[in-house]
Amino acid sequence: MKDVTYYPGCSLHGTAREYDESFRGVSKLLDVNLHELEDWTCCGSTSAHCTNEALAVNLPIHNLRLAEKHQQEMVIPCVACYSRFKSAEVEAKEHPEYLMEPYEGKVDISYALDFFAEDDFLEQIKAKVERPLRGLKIAAYYGCLAVRPPSLTGVKLYENPVHMDHLMEVLGGETVDWSYKTDCCGASLVMTRTDIVTNLTQRILAMAIEAGADCIVTGCSMCHANLDTRQTGLTIAGEKREIPIFYFTELMGLAMGHKDVKKWLSRHITDPIKILSGKGLL
Amino acid sequence: MNNLEPAVKETNSFLEEIIKESNVDIRACYQCQKCSAGCPVVSAMDILPNQIVRQIQYGRREKVLTSKTIWVCASCHTCSVRCPNDIDIAKVMDSLRHLALKSGLQAGEANIPVFHAAFLDTIKGGGRIHELSLIMKYKLKTKDFLKDAGLGWEMFRRGKIKILPPSITGGRAVKDIFNFCEKGERR
Repeated sequence: MKDVTYYPGCSLHGTAREYDESFRGVSKLLDVNLHELEDWTCCGSTSAHCTNEALAVNLPIHNLRLAEKHQQEMVIPCVACYSRFKSAEVEAKEHPEYLMEPYEGKVDISYALDFFAEDDFLEQIKAKVERPLRGLKIAAYYGCLAVRPPSLTGVKLYENPVHMDHLMEVLGGETVDWSYKTDCCGASLVMTRTDIVTNLTQRILAMAIEAGADCIVTGCSMCHANLDTRQTGLTIAGEKREIPIFYFTELMGLAMGHKDVKKWLSRHITDPIKILSGKGLL
Repeated sequence: MNNLEPAVKETNSFLEEIIKESNVDIRACYQCQKCSAGCPVVSAMDILPNQIVRQIQYGRREKVLTSKTIWVCASCHTCSVRCPNDIDIAKVMDSLRHLALKSGLQAGEANIPVFHAAFLDTIKGGGRIHELSLIMKYKLKTKDFLKDAGLGWEMFRRGKIKILPPSITGGRAVKDIFNFCEKGERR
């Protein structure tokens, strides 16, 4: 049993609800005891770092100060939050003058994908796979902030990352080689410049389909929302196409036989059931 | 006739301002254009990332601060990790946005700073983002009520949209942070 502090962030309590549910579900199956950080507040996200450096540092640091007393590793599934926390840690050291109150920097912060894709966990996961994802061709999509900048994420293969691919292979899935693993989906521009996001997401979706993938898997709530909801009008060689988008935690739950998988998947916009039942996986 | 006035004045205060604000030395740029070649949003930019660097070196403050580029930059960091001279262009973009807001100049992409302001107002009010409040706040400012209304309904049906904002006790601490960080700043 491992105890960790859990920082969900705002989207996991809203539009990325199935990420929260599946993250909690698989943590329980793997004997990880999540303690949701009491009174957590927003990290400030893109809007804080684009407009006010001091806010971008103090909003995450406030949460780290709350987490400090628990003396536990803090796990963050939302990669946008994770990136803001890691960046704030660095900025707090470089610019202590921004800080409203001092912060000693004692909290160890992990991104949920890195947390589960580590060797010890992979062994445990392998032992718990009940329904291997046999025959499912998966395009592992990392997006931007899970890998960049490597000075914050520690990911060495940031141009061609493979850790999510390995996790999917442990679950019995087959990953495809494709070239848009770390291309940007447009993220929060979806509200203001939807045209840019539609253009970027459709390029990513088309590339995954062309690479022979049945589905895309991601660990970012922004990427999931953009890829899942911007498929209208997607055509390849004149044919209308769609491709389901999973959180990596949903596929972990599916392979480990979690009872709530159908509930998580019912929240998707692009139908994820058809492909899974077609392969006899659900 | 004074067509020969040098574009780079002896002291380039804009260049110095950017270096000081971002702590990134953009003088190392040799215009290889790798940043622009890998940028996913160049098609929506009016000045390419490598050109932004050059324009800063020329001291063209207003041209850079009123560009679309600084707001459509998605902060994906592709430029920064590929720069052969380790210029953190994504960080320079952040500094440019901060200066653009402080300058009071008209933003090249009007709705994007409006969205950021609505986002931060939502946090300031409740400590966390409540997506429906954020969307309503943004739509009230831009008067674009119909866009994605159907998608909003589909998400609501699937339990992804909460009607009421969360009730938390950490809201006071967040207000204090905003008061501390917004001193002397216009939004």
